[in-house]
Amino acid sequence: MNIVQKSSFVLSQRHLLGIEGLSRDEIVGLLDLAGEFVDLNRQIEKKRASLRGRTQVNLFFEVSTRTQASFELAGKRLGADVMNMSTNSSSMRKGETLIDTAVTLNAMRPDIIVVRHHASGAVELLARKIDCSVINAGDGSHEHPTQALLDALTIRRNKGRIEGLTVTICGDILHSRVARSNIILLNTLGARVRVVAPSTLLPPGIERFGVEVCRDMRQGLRDADIVMMLRLQRERMNGSFVPSLQEYAAYFGLNAKTFAYAKPDALVMHPGPMNRGVEIDSEVADGAQSLIREQVEMGVAVRMAVLEALSRTLPNA
Amino acid sequence: MLSDRRPILLTNARIIDPSRNLDFPGDLLIADGVIREAKQGIGAAGVPEGTEIVDCKGKVVAPGLTDMRAFVGEPGAEYRETFASASQAAAAGGVTTIVCQPNTNPAIDEPAVVDFVLRRARDTAIVHVHPMAALTKGLKGDEMAEIGLLKAAGAVAFTNGAVSVTNAQVMRRALTYARDFDALIVHHTEDPDLIGDGVMNEGEFAARLGLIGTPKAAETIMLERDMRLVGLTGGRYHAASVTCPESLSVLQRAKEEGYAVTASASINHLTLNEVDVGSYRTFCKLTPPLRAEQDRAALVAALASGLVDVVMSDHDPQDVETKRLPFAEAEPGAIGIETMLVAGLRLVHNGEIELAALLKALSTRPAELLGLPGGTLRPGSAADVIVIDLDTPWVRDRDDLKSKCKNTPFDEARLTGRVVRTIVAGRTVYEFV
Repeated sequence: MNIVQKSSFVLSQRHLLGIEGLSRDEIVGLLDLAGEFVDLNRQIEKKRASLRGRTQVNLFFEVSTRTQASFELAGKRLGADVMNMSTNSSSMRKGETLIDTAVTLNAMRPDIIVVRHHASGAVELLARKIDCSVINAGDGSHEHPTQALLDALTIRRNKGRIEGLTVTICGDILHSRVARSNIILLNTLGARVRVVAPSTLLPPGIERFGVEVCRDMRQGLRDADIVMMLRLQRERMNGSFVPSLQEYAAYFGLNAKTFAYAKPDALVMHPGPMNRGVEIDSEVADGAQSLIREQVEMGVAVRMAVLEALSRTLPNA
Repeated sequence: MLSDRRPILLTNARIIDPSRNLDFPGDLLIADGVIREAKQGIGAAGVPEGTEIVDCKGKVVAPGLTDMRAFVGEPGAEYRETFASASQAAAAGGVTTIVCQPNTNPAIDEPAVVDFVLRRARDTAIVHVHPMAALTKGLKGDEMAEIGLLKAAGAVAFTNGAVSVTNAQVMRRALTYARDFDALIVHHTEDPDLIGDGVMNEGEFAARLGLIGTPKAAETIMLERDMRLVGLTGGRYHAASVTCPESLSVLQRAKEEGYAVTASASINHLTLNEVDVGSYRTFCKLTPPLRAEQDRAALVAALASGLVDVVMSDHDPQDVETKRLPFAEAEPGAIGIETMLVAGLRLVHNGEIELAALLKALSTRPAELLGLPGGTLRPGSAADVIVIDLDTPWVRDRDDLKSKCKNTPFDEARLTGRVVRTIVAGRTVYEFV
């Protein structure tokens, strides 16, 4: 049985560089389209032909497992030829070298380039030098739009809505592109967003992002519908931003006790990879109220939706 | 135990309670470890049976002192000082609460060490002991310690000992992080590069002695940097030891800005100056160094005005092996917990400061800053009380000191007044007869 595609949503821009700049309708359009791909992905026959003949390059300057795999599967399921380029970030220098890479790739005439880079703004810089569509798969601490879209899709499928929900994002807000994209998206769709972190992991000015800022879990999780945990990089937990792994877990870790501060039907999310026992305990991560595995499933669908929507604006489409 | 803790009535006293700005002739009743009443004319009639009645004959009754900066050698340097010996010295000096420092071996940088200190002190000390914990791991100045867990274990503040955290980023993050836990950071401000090989205050006197000097700017620059960081972070900050007018004006400005900033001065810097180094007396080798007389006078004036909040002993026991050396090679540091109050009385007798202001800086203010009980004679509060004889002259003899080490700069000093009774939690732990 083949699923008939109903949505004819077209993204009005050539690139997807961030959630910032997307309208409410565009976000909803992408989520609706992604919803259809969820059903497709659950069939035996997952293949479609909308990107047949197209070349998709996954250009990853930073190591990634799930995002890269997710984009690769998404492209292949839509019929594109997918090439993965993982560049050792230490051998690539910023500035000219990045642009040279872009120019070189451009000459090979790809249709879509998916880019992850460790520097904020690098994806946008690259997009300016390239003729095809560029999708931001995460740039530094700036944005990770497909993660925010997949999180939104996961929430919407489980709660039936996003508007009016209280979503608490906990952890390393300072360095998190996931947090930034989520804050923008959730605010656009009318959720109430809270962030919880020690002050050393909150960027100055965060209170002007339209979020409620909390510095302890009890206050931050009170009446939350969704608890979104962020990964804390190991190099940041040894006295530089927080004193130690133990102390971080004691005050900002999500466990059965702290999760109980949230609503009884609250759901927990994590973009992965998790530090079990640090920001999240296994009993919560693997519990009945965890959406963490579903987030991964939604990831493929959302990326298919983004590829599809962008491809409809490509030349010769 | 009943006889141990029987009620005490201190009669015919001059009661000074700096926490309430009270100074009046009256009586003070202590029972069950708590101050019951402090007023005129309680009299022997109205007290519980078995009460010990002490005629103070006009002597001063005041809250016990909290010494915010005293080094005790446990763990790791028990030969220099133990909780037992430090607390005996404290009791004889009217100090009912010791705040010990984390520059031990191992450093007090883990909750387990805080726990050790509290248990050792509970078992061996005759006064209250609360530890300050390390601000950075191993006091190395590069990674912040577990401020939340250490505070939960009982650390009352965080400090890097007698060494500055030179990395401004580390200091900024520590102030930022500590703010979330309402933790107080106590910082020794001396730029180690500017100290260099300096061993005493820079100036003519050091030049004549042929010793390398340390400029006052070493202290002021670090304090100024810290004030900018406090402004940036909103953290709670206490300057561990200010010594000169330049630092005082930095402090003044920060307080005017409304920053949560306070400061201590050591009893040594308030009562001695660089001339006391004399002919290379190593007991007067301190960090920061003793300054010039005009610096000392400015410091006392700042104490009198309340700009300097706390007087502490900077008690640092050093044995003869580390002091009987050429001046430049000797360890810095002086003991002081036992002599702090009487040395301070010199300032009172010289008319440089009011007794109540001195007592406030020795008892009420440090207790307030650290969130500790004590420092008050308010009925219902813990009975940490001292009786002070203001007038009897005597000569300090180092052999009478209770501390394990005898490195006092006040050896053979002529002093006027002394502590005659120290009561901790309602129990008399020291009596001079």
